[in-house]
Amino acid sequence: MNLALKLVAQRLALGIILLLLVSVLIFTGTLILPGDVAQSILGQSATPEALANLREELGLNEPAVARYFDWLGGLLTGDLGTALTNGQDIASSLGTRLKNTLFLAFWAAMVSVPLAIFLGLVAVRFRDRWPDKLISGLTLSTISIPEFLIGYVLMYFVGVKLGWAPTVSTIYDSMTLVEKLNAIALPVTVLTLVVLAHMMRMTRAAILNVMQSPYIETAELKGLTMFIIIWRHAFPNSVAPIVNVVMLNLAYLVVGVVVVEVVFTYPGMGQYLVDHVSKRDLPVVQACGLIFAAVYIGLNMIADIVSILSNPRLRHPK
Amino acid sequence: MSDQLVKVRDLKIGATVFPPNAKPHDIEIVHGVSFDLERGKVLGLIGESGAGKSTIGLSTMAYGRGGVRITGGEVWINGRDILQTKNADLRALRGGEVTYVSQSAAASFNPARPIVEQIVEAAVRHKKFSRSEAEKRAVELFRKLGLPEPETIGERYPHQVSGGQLQRCMTALALCPEPDLVVFDEPTTALDVTTQIDVLMAIKAAIRDTGVAALYITHDLAVVAQVSDDIMVLKLGDTVEYGSTDQIINNPQEDYTKALVSVRSIDHEEKQPTPDPLLRVENVTARYKGTKFDVLKDVNVELHPGQTLAVVGESGSGKSTLARVITGLLPQREGQITFDGRQLTPEQSARSREDLRELQMIYQMADVAMNPRQTVGTIIGRPLEFYFGVKGDEKRKKIIDLLDEIEMGKDFIDRYPAELSGGQKQRVCIARALAAKPKMIICDEVTSALDPLVADGILKLLLDLQKIENVAYLFITHDLATVKAIADSIAVMYQGQVVRYGSKSEVLAPPFDDYTDLLLSSVPEMRLGWLEDVVAHRKMESAGN
Amino acid sequence: MIKNIPLAAAVGLFFTGLYFLVAIFAQWIAPYGMAEVVGGVWEPPSAKHWLGTDNIGRDLLTRMIYGGQTTIFIATMATVISFTTGSVLGFLAAVLGGWADQLLSRFVDLVMSIPSLILALVILSVMPVTVPILIVVMGLLDSTRVYRLARAVAVDIAVMDYVEAAKLRGEGRAWLIFREILPNALSPLVAEMGLRFIFMVLFISTLSFLGLGVQPPMADWGGIVKENKDGIVYGIGAALWPAVAIATLAISVNLVADWILNRTTSLKGGRG
Repeated sequence: MNLALKLVAQRLALGIILLLLVSVLIFTGTLILPGDVAQSILGQSATPEALANLREELGLNEPAVARYFDWLGGLLTGDLGTALTNGQDIASSLGTRLKNTLFLAFWAAMVSVPLAIFLGLVAVRFRDRWPDKLISGLTLSTISIPEFLIGYVLMYFVGVKLGWAPTVSTIYDSMTLVEKLNAIALPVTVLTLVVLAHMMRMTRAAILNVMQSPYIETAELKGLTMFIIIWRHAFPNSVAPIVNVVMLNLAYLVVGVVVVEVVFTYPGMGQYLVDHVSKRDLPVVQACGLIFAAVYIGLNMIADIVSILSNPRLRHPK
Repeated sequence: MSDQLVKVRDLKIGATVFPPNAKPHDIEIVHGVSFDLERGKVLGLIGESGAGKSTIGLSTMAYGRGGVRITGGEVWINGRDILQTKNADLRALRGGEVTYVSQSAAASFNPARPIVEQIVEAAVRHKKFSRSEAEKRAVELFRKLGLPEPETIGERYPHQVSGGQLQRCMTALALCPEPDLVVFDEPTTALDVTTQIDVLMAIKAAIRDTGVAALYITHDLAVVAQVSDDIMVLKLGDTVEYGSTDQIINNPQEDYTKALVSVRSIDHEEKQPTPDPLLRVENVTARYKGTKFDVLKDVNVELHPGQTLAVVGESGSGKSTLARVITGLLPQREGQITFDGRQLTPEQSARSREDLRELQMIYQMADVAMNPRQTVGTIIGRPLEFYFGVKGDEKRKKIIDLLDEIEMGKDFIDRYPAELSGGQKQRVCIARALAAKPKMIICDEVTSALDPLVADGILKLLLDLQKIENVAYLFITHDLATVKAIADSIAVMYQGQVVRYGSKSEVLAPPFDDYTDLLLSSVPEMRLGWLEDVVAHRKMESAGN
Repeated sequence: MIKNIPLAAAVGLFFTGLYFLVAIFAQWIAPYGMAEVVGGVWEPPSAKHWLGTDNIGRDLLTRMIYGGQTTIFIATMATVISFTTGSVLGFLAAVLGGWADQLLSRFVDLVMSIPSLILALVILSVMPVTVPILIVVMGLLDSTRVYRLARAVAVDIAVMDYVEAAKLRGEGRAWLIFREILPNALSPLVAEMGLRFIFMVLFISTLSFLGLGVQPPMADWGGIVKENKDGIVYGIGAALWPAVAIATLAISVNLVADWILNRTTSLKGGRG
């Protein structure tokens, strides 16, 4: 157990270091790129005074290292700074939006994860027969169309032509859960479709990989029933790969959320980020970028930790 | 109940193949095989790769691996044709009446569960024993199979025991439900010889004590002769010869069987050392980067021109590392290597082209030793071009000469490695080494991936070429039979050290040191009763101590 | 080799070829000028306008053809950048090893720990959004994936006995890379190139849709969606044409890539 714990601790430490480095990357990515940042924010027609003001406001006259630590210190104390465009406190604007985004992602995960694992099992059960081929055909089509187009196709056919679901997903705090769920029906469907294909294909591969190992043959040659073989021999060895698949796809969901929110004008963090990228509102972009990256890194870290903990070689060292 | 346990009649087995650039189609891999097995008897199935022996073994459990399926014939076990039984009955048969021991126990145990749980599983599921009875039986079997700490070893996980121990656990797994028949599928092939003999003895004793019948599948006739009552020789899915072990070993009728029995009977007369050795390895010590452990410790050997030095040892003995040090891929930490009178620089990259040319190498796995995207002509021609600047028609002529030398026709010049058989691939590698006109070739386990008869062919070729080209071989192997066949001098390695070194006649003659004795006595001999003799010999020795 | 081409690959090749030809000859094929207003807003498909007109009365087919040109051009260029950078650095890392490998690999790990769309948005928030900058940003961000693949493939091959045999023969680094490693690394890389290209098409479309890619009045598939998306709620499907175009192109390229991968791996035959 000690070795496994040590590795988990290492992985946690690595995650934190990675997060720090990512913050450096996001910071330098926005501030030390070629060209004058103030100029590119305000455009060619900006007056020299406006430029000077903005430089002052961004703290561009201080050395980059000092500005970075200033920013990082703020982040750690929950102060994300103020938006350039409307002077509002970023942390408070982000609060509700982050909640909304997590709400959307949560329901997308609730639908897609069980569905993907179920379909993955179906594909394995009927390997190389029509259900498997149908599933992989659909997979190929959904990964060939970008999220936003799946969104509009659904909006057009399901929302407009059939009128089954609202085409705009506005939600307020005063809405009941059912109302909210009705509002996000379409975006959840889109997100599900986007990650379903990947997740199912990877689940299928992970289970097949286990099912083809010699110890499954041993179990078959013991005359065990299919259920016992899967439950006692395949399942314990598939947990890590499947958790890995799920985590990787949830991480992928993070990216999908950005685009889908824009399509359905959903008041979440993704739309907030995109809006402020076009307005070149740096503090907002940095804060949102870092939060998205942190979620992504966190999910990947969980996947790694699960696979460390489920590895018998590490759980029961020699 | 009659004594007849297994009756197989006209068994036909087919498979679907998926050749590249062609439609998948069905082929037959076993063409009507018949045999009988009485209770408590052992039948050996022997043949080279592709003989269909594993497939036949699994058919006694009505099981086909991958796309393999039984297409015809009858398999009677305990008085019923199992090819006609339903799924539920088949499950009762598998793991209850018939059990299976695979070649790789390491892969066949579920890594996520303790060993004993997997051993008692079949017995408990088939309601042969209660769980506690089965566990008691497992401990008994552990003891019988000579496993250390029989009371507790079952609580360990598969990765916590050694390969030889796990193979014995697999035997316990097969014996635990008190089956009528055990199928042993190459159970000792993946093990070192000194481990193989222990496992073999354990299996033989367990078969005798439990009175179980067995199908023993292997490619090694000497091994199967020790454990079986009858032997069936298979070749490409057909029965070549089927008879008692005594008849097959001592009085084979078919040419193919005769060849298998007389395999490794090549002999050659030992040459005398010359005053000037071609290669002199002095006090060499080496370790891998980033480790604190010497894999070679103070190694001293010599190789004389036109002669063969065999370096033998088991896995982990450092014999392949010695080859890497001599070629300069792993520079030594201490000591020096003299080649043809001049000192070799430790790093390969600093050696002269002449040094590189005169010292060639042949690998164990011929198929990864050749670039799959180059033709045989390119592979053999490159050293000619690189060292001698030979081009065009002259190069082609020389390539054809070399193909002649390795007993392959000029038609092979435009083929790709993937189109060659295992033996042909190794021959091309030999030709590539010869093309450089070397003074010395390092042969690293060059025959161990090949079937015995093919391996014999390669050894004969190497000996013939040595006479013609006067090339010296540093022959690395784990197989003492090979050593006897071709060596002039021998170095026995154990844990990074040369424990015994001298001319072949000296090394193979008593008195032996302990390790060489163990190694030599562990090599299966092609005669009945060898295993018993070794057991008796070892018992006597330990009693004498 | 040509006559053995399976149906799926043939279909894929046909459509891939068709799309590229249309993209190259857009100026001659398109029935109207790129930004020419030729009719009313969102006219339905007719003999005059096969796909109808867009949100300000331009011919939609013309927009799609020019849009394809822009999208395919950007995706192709970005793929070229991603590929050359990624594979050259990946091979170098594999062959050199040591600290150069460590430095590059850890940096790539770092970049890949952020979703590329998010990182692209962060970078584009301070860069002027022009076609060359889009190509370079997309290409470099994506080159991390190619780097990983190229390095992994090269490392796998570099430890093969035939490479060691060539090294022992005394061959120079150039022979090792170009004659021993590269020919064996090519097939997975070429197949990956197809996937990268598709990814680039999706990437640039997404950026344009978000308003951070190709800027109007230039046409591109993502931009066409953005321009016409408001029609959707009125039941006007103009914004859906790019979906058809992107999906068919992506599937075709996928089919070709699959075929190349299968064909070249089967050439290796019974290896291992």
